[in-house]
Amino acid sequence: MVPIVSEAELSELDKKVLNVVQDELPLVPHPFAALAEKVGMDEKEFLAHLMHLKERGYLRRFGAFFNSKALGYNGSLIAIRAAEDKIADVAQAINSYPGVTHNYERIGEYNLWFTLQISSDASRKKILDEIKGLPGVEKLMDLESEKSYKVRVQFHIQ
Amino acid sequence: MRLLTELQKKIIRVLQKEIPLTPCPFAAMASSVGITEDEFIKEMKELKERKILRRVGAVIQHRRAGFMANALCVFSVPSDRVDTVGQRISSEKTVSHCYTRKTTPDWPYNFYIMVHATTHEQCEEIANRIARENDLGERVTFYSVKEWKKASMKYFVEE
Repeated sequence: MVPIVSEAELSELDKKVLNVVQDELPLVPHPFAALAEKVGMDEKEFLAHLMHLKERGYLRRFGAFFNSKALGYNGSLIAIRAAEDKIADVAQAINSYPGVTHNYERIGEYNLWFTLQISSDASRKKILDEIKGLPGVEKLMDLESEKSYKVRVQFHIQ
Repeated sequence: MRLLTELQKKIIRVLQKEIPLTPCPFAAMASSVGITEDEFIKEMKELKERKILRRVGAVIQHRRAGFMANALCVFSVPSDRVDTVGQRISSEKTVSHCYTRKTTPDWPYNFYIMVHATTHEQCEEIANRIARENDLGERVTFYSVKEWKKASMKYFVEE
């Protein structure tokens, strides 16, 4: 993968805004005003800066994150060993399931890792059987989650 | 789990969409489900208290922001130590995920962490330090080379 050299493109203010925007958005009528205050800006400037960062492709999503377990969904991490020449086809077939939220190609004995969130055991079994049967899938491990100590994706940009 | 009302499901559906970058984002979302901004905020707070809503906020494009080294590290940690190390490692800023998973006969690893850094060297340094400080033993690491999908789950949309 070609590294995207981008840190140089980030101004000190960009970094401050990107760091603070990963904090929790307060549940109040003017939530951005509170974040703006943390970096010494007013609401209007802050929102304009956010739009600017979004246009430049730094923001993936601004939204709400739920506890899937509390909503009745079971999460698994599935590790696959796929033949190198089939990996793109396998990855795309996996992506077509709506319960698949993350799918990463990694270096190692298992080279494709994806997460599956699903509320019914029957559909989960069906999906995994279908994936096992894809051409190029040599091995599949279903790694059911047990205890979670931390799930907080927050990148501290320095 | 206490059941969710139809209104709460509607709110969850709308919150899964992109939050508008406007001064009063919740007002627009509230009107799309036919309630007032106050009611919407109250419902969000209730979902938060019930730990159904984890947080509202942004996820950045971390690769674009310079985090090019992203490693999934797995370890085999004895069950009587797993809570202690899990809690300790959770305070590491460079660790986004820390959890346990079931093992299988040919997969003895129960303890998982995700480490993020700007370079491979830095990531290795962090992972080595964490493993050493917490006596985690052998580390098996899977660096990501390509993101095929990263999306947020859409709940109550389809099965």
